[in-house]
Amino acid sequence: MNWLLVVAGALVGAPARYAADRWITARSRGPFPWGTLSVNVFACLVLGLVTGAALAGAASSHVVALLGTGLCGALSTYSTLSYEALRLAETGAGRLALGYALLSMGAGLGAGCAGVAVATGVWG
Amino acid sequence: MTSAKPRDPAPEPVDPDVGADVPVSGLWDGQGPVFAVVAAGGVLGAVARYGASVLWPTASGHFPWTTFLVNVVGCALIGVLLAIVAELRPYTHRLVRPFLGTGVLGGFTTFSTYAMDVRGLIVAERYAVAGAYLFGTMAAAVLTVWGSASLARYALRERFAKVAEGER
Repeated sequence: MNWLLVVAGALVGAPARYAADRWITARSRGPFPWGTLSVNVFACLVLGLVTGAALAGAASSHVVALLGTGLCGALSTYSTLSYEALRLAETGAGRLALGYALLSMGAGLGAGCAGVAVATGVWG
Repeated sequence: MTSAKPRDPAPEPVDPDVGADVPVSGLWDGQGPVFAVVAAGGVLGAVARYGASVLWPTASGHFPWTTFLVNVVGCALIGVLLAIVAELRPYTHRLVRPFLGTGVLGGFTTFSTYAMDVRGLIVAERYAVAGAYLFGTMAAAVLTVWGSASLARYALRERFAKVAEGER
């Protein structure tokens, strides 16, 4: 059952990442990867909400498999992030690469914590 | 006076998933097959990641080795993949990169689970493990993609230099 839920979540998550990345990149200037950053941080927020709901007993393991492992897992990416940081560094934008890595970590962690806090407030 | 920038080893866009200069008008023209292969690849990658987490579960409060290794392996593979796609550009099908890069490796690796694992370690007051995991994953990911892309570019260029020489 959980396998099918992971499949269903990823079936939506991966193309949603591509669509959002494309939409944001078309509207941003410069080499900074705003598209991937936004999608990764958004996925952390949703996973925080799902995790918080699960901790409060409001979300079953099925919901976690569908929305957490499947949707958020496929929506977020580490491989694209690392390649973008490498490309920024290779093109002489070393500070931008470092800023991208640090901003991803900080904003992702912050969004995840905010998601848990909101879910705990609603369902806790 | 401008400072000398390092020579760019691969004239490729920063974001490999969508490239540079995406048009605002006609953003979705001809994107149907790309969406289809990204979705199919994403499912394969996510199922592989879920399988790894079932095979090698991480106890709470411990360094999440499974997610760490999944992400580092994904970074190693994307370095090789994008080097191949860039070096062999005329010969690679246009759906190879969306399927394997955006889809399979994007679905396999995860940033959200990484961030939430860091939060879990902080809540469990395992601060040293949380810091090591937070910074260790990022450092390992960037070093791995740099190493794998450099090796793959070097190997491909060596081989193609020999092929070009043989053709003369």
